[in-house]
Amino acid sequence: MQAMSTITLPAPDPVDKRLPGDLAIWFFILAELLAFAVFFSAYAFARASHVEEFNLYQQTLDRNLGALNTLLLITGSWFIVRAVQAAHRDDIKAVPPNILLGWLCGGGFLVVKVIEYSAKFGAGISMSTNTFYMFYISLTFFHFMHVILGMVILTVLWFQARNGAYGGHNAHGLESGAAYWHMVDLLWIVLFPLVYVMR
Amino acid sequence: MIAALKNSAHRAWLVLMVATGITWYLGEVGAAGTWAIVAMLAIAFVKGRLVILDFMELREAPRMWRVLLEGWLIVVASLILLAYWISLK
Repeated sequence: MQAMSTITLPAPDPVDKRLPGDLAIWFFILAELLAFAVFFSAYAFARASHVEEFNLYQQTLDRNLGALNTLLLITGSWFIVRAVQAAHRDDIKAVPPNILLGWLCGGGFLVVKVIEYSAKFGAGISMSTNTFYMFYISLTFFHFMHVILGMVILTVLWFQARNGAYGGHNAHGLESGAAYWHMVDLLWIVLFPLVYVMR
Repeated sequence: MIAALKNSAHRAWLVLMVATGITWYLGEVGAAGTWAIVAMLAIAFVKGRLVILDFMELREAPRMWRVLLEGWLIVVASLILLAYWISLK
């Protein structure tokens, strides 16, 4: 009888159809993605009427630093995946170090970006120099702010994880923060080829 | 090594690193024009999809969310392609 009841009481939504984290964070992510979709399209269509200018000034960007930053964000995302996986298998001790490593990758991204910006600003380049630089600075800086917000979230997650908040019993908050951090990565994966390489 | 690659997130990380190297290389050799643009957008699409499915863990999520995020990637790549196509005319 008891065996029967466990069989006949499946959750309406099967376990394998689960959205990680809070529903709210996914709506927030969607809003952010829509904003960036507008910016990316604006860049691409502005380029269509300034092709020579965009092709010329794109060559002044440091592609090596842009690629390095891609590797940093991807690896940072991967460490956060490892933190979530550690929580799911109830390896509570492995969660904080992986969050810290992900945070450090974000920190590395910011350092590289500051080096890149100081070279550009040092050369007297600003938003008003031309259309290309206006897009380059505003797009990358808007993304830069998202990396900072992501790192603030990771800092909160790290403190919580050190108190043993995330494990097999509950990884909800960790999953929500992780989803946001992956979005920051996803945006750069489009931004890097678009602004630094495609011509 | 082989055991680690059974974890889809580890596999995704490896592909993402290699794919970033390919995009960087295309920039180094000065790849430009229709095929370069299509190749770079295709690489960005594959990378974005791996992040959505294996990092964000939407592969096993309710279909709506998977469609919304993958759809975002398709719309963005299509708009960029359209704009570049206009610029090549």
